[in-house]
Amino acid sequence: MSGLSADRRLALLSALFATGAALLLLLVLGFLVSESWPVLNAGGWRAFLADGVWYPLEGRFGLLSMVWATLATAVGALLLAAPLGVAGAIFQCFYAPPAVAKLYRSVLALLAGIPSVVYGLWGLTVLVPLIARWAPPGASLIAAILILALMALPTVTLTSATALGAVPRSLLQGAAALGMTRRGIILGVAVPAARDGMLAGLLLAALRALGETMAVLMVAGNVVRNPTDLFEPVRVLTANIALEMAYATGAHRAGLFASGLLLTVMVLLLAWLAARAGDRQRDV
Amino acid sequence: MSERIFTAAIWAAALLVVGVFCFLLGDLVRQGAPHLSWRFLLTAPADAGRSGGISSIIISTLLILAVAMAVAVPSGLGAALWLAEYARGKRAARRVIRLSLDVLAGVPSIVFGLFGNAFFCIFLGLGFSILSGGLTLACMVLPILIRTSEAGLSAVTEEWRRGAAALGMTRAAALWHILLPAAAPAITAGLILGMGRAIAETAALLFTSGYVDRMPDSLYDSGRSLSVHVYDLSMNVAGGDVAAHASALVLVSLIVVLNGGALVLSDRWATRKITVS
Amino acid sequence: MTIAVKIVMTNSWRMFLPALFGLMAFAGMTHATERLVVTGSSTIAPLALEIGKRFEQRYPGVEVDVQSGGSSRGIADARSGLADIGLVSRALKPEESDLMAHAIAADGVGMILHADNPVKFLSDEQIKAIYTGQITNWKQAGGLDARITVVNKAEGRSTLELFLHYFHLKNSEIKAHVVIGENQQGIKMVAGNPGAIGYVSIGSAEFEEKRGTPIKLLPMAGVVATVENVRSGRFPLSRPLNLVTRGAPSPRAGRFIDFARSAAVGDLVESQFFVRPER
Repeated sequence: MSGLSADRRLALLSALFATGAALLLLLVLGFLVSESWPVLNAGGWRAFLADGVWYPLEGRFGLLSMVWATLATAVGALLLAAPLGVAGAIFQCFYAPPAVAKLYRSVLALLAGIPSVVYGLWGLTVLVPLIARWAPPGASLIAAILILALMALPTVTLTSATALGAVPRSLLQGAAALGMTRRGIILGVAVPAARDGMLAGLLLAALRALGETMAVLMVAGNVVRNPTDLFEPVRVLTANIALEMAYATGAHRAGLFASGLLLTVMVLLLAWLAARAGDRQRDV
Repeated sequence: MSERIFTAAIWAAALLVVGVFCFLLGDLVRQGAPHLSWRFLLTAPADAGRSGGISSIIISTLLILAVAMAVAVPSGLGAALWLAEYARGKRAARRVIRLSLDVLAGVPSIVFGLFGNAFFCIFLGLGFSILSGGLTLACMVLPILIRTSEAGLSAVTEEWRRGAAALGMTRAAALWHILLPAAAPAITAGLILGMGRAIAETAALLFTSGYVDRMPDSLYDSGRSLSVHVYDLSMNVAGGDVAAHASALVLVSLIVVLNGGALVLSDRWATRKITVS
Repeated sequence: MTIAVKIVMTNSWRMFLPALFGLMAFAGMTHATERLVVTGSSTIAPLALEIGKRFEQRYPGVEVDVQSGGSSRGIADARSGLADIGLVSRALKPEESDLMAHAIAADGVGMILHADNPVKFLSDEQIKAIYTGQITNWKQAGGLDARITVVNKAEGRSTLELFLHYFHLKNSEIKAHVVIGENQQGIKMVAGNPGAIGYVSIGSAEFEEKRGTPIKLLPMAGVVATVENVRSGRFPLSRPLNLVTRGAPSPRAGRFIDFARSAAVGDLVESQFFVRPER
């Protein structure tokens, strides 16, 4: 095989796959729009934001409080998972003896693979009763945040550890030669060098938290209201779909697809903002 | 002094994670282990899953995963390659594709399930089948695989690329010998995350690979995955909790085995680089 | 260098190809059987699955594929012809008169409390007051001084519709603290919270109570919530579990429906904690 043509072929093939991935999103978006069209077309999109409550069978499709709830759970989960996850990655890369580091990595890989149902089941039978004992009803915003943080943690740690591991040894050795302390090397050299990879991991974790369905459904309480109290229940957009899709018809069904569409648009905004922030930092 | 506090904080964070993990897994083992036996693994489910075993469900799970990975890994690596290697001049295109990948990663699994049902099951006529389920999962894990692999490939230093070019290696050869092995740890991390996400998926599979708990004859048959089985037993079947925990334990063990396999493969690949170059 | 490339490539192909061929061979295998597709309500799905297995034994060469996904899916799939039979866990509505319902079982819905809750009885008015938020503490209903956690079902679920219909309520009037989907989630939620009240399928609640799950069923309007009372029709809250077809069933579907309604599967209906319908 001649080198050039193999190279060209590879370039073409890989470009094809990359375009395919982008097309997939268009396909999913198109599907969501076409399924929610009946409500969108009826001018319902304004009602989604204006109406404060969600009683689809009575024609009221207010999604706004679910948007806030979705954001609150995701942000809360990330606030917990990011420091813990990054600390775990630093532990694995700089503090743990090799055998322990390996063990730690496999523990996290395992956590990443535990099905959301199992997290949800554990939350429902252990965590929620625990919270209910001193702050009923137990199924609440805080329960959702804790479970989501636990689920996002492996993503943060695994990606951050990979990014830290990719920092050239010579850089770290140079810093050590300058007499920097271990903390100084980590915070001053390693973490900044690995920043891009870590941010990508955080974004991935945030997206996972936004898109998670089953576990949140089992612990969040699913009452449609604004997330004003950590110990009161909330309903997130994904849970809304999962709870009601099985029994929805007509406009109700279209309204559920609209919540999916809204969530996807939120994710799009978030990802776009993250990408812009990343670009700006790189330009500086 | 602050050095010591920092060290303590790092250790505390790591221990906390391990502690919660032990809590969760210990609970699972305590409730599920007594029900585990060879018979449980080797017989078909009966009485809605309350009795009998999970043999057919293990097979369906593995087949769904195999389809998903057979599709997602090559195409994911391909796309990552383009983003990291070939798209250097094309900033706009690269940005659009990256953005769409990030959005895809955030699409909730249940939306993927409904999409997969409409596209693979109905539009492509695959019906409720292992194939539909696997393809839907492939769509779900693709962004994770691409983003982590791309990060790994981009992290390979420029000198290595130039060195390879100086040696007269074609780009394909440089890729195979230098870039991919160097990026192997990142690719493996992506693979582990992706497999974990795929095997743990419930909502997307309920609508695509389905609910049938018979032993599948072909990829066109509907087959229930372990995660769907766990969900149904714990949420929908009275008295299914014990079997649900035991099935969840099997699922977790399966993940341990698969992760172990992925790590061994990646280590091998990473060391091959040294022996060849 | 190219030789090295080849070696590396063949090595990994050697691992990948057999796996791929194995998959393809598996994919190519065809099935020479007749297939009956049954989709719908997650409540009926486990029962339909077991009936299907027995049906397959009785009539070799037929495969019954049961898919879960909710009553609305059962209606939609039976209409569109995607499924031969739909599963619907409620009576058909007037606008669904194009479909034909064949009841295979009945399911009662009863109120449950945590086992530690001293309240033994709640009148319909009290239940209504609790669910509409007029009573928020168990003290007001003859219990301890503890906050009431109201567990409600998600919009559209047939048990919710049944509950609303019985108490003449609209869902927007209910002040719920927890909204749940599946039946077992309700049982687990109440079992984990001493102040909770919920409504679930009586058969499974009775079974869980016997197994030692800390819940208890309340009588409704003076009728004790037992499977026995659901069977006799005395218990006020119950719903039919239906197989539905578009118009009259095809011969294939008809054979399955007759089988599912026959005495040959009576034990299966009971082992899923439902009640056989009176003939």
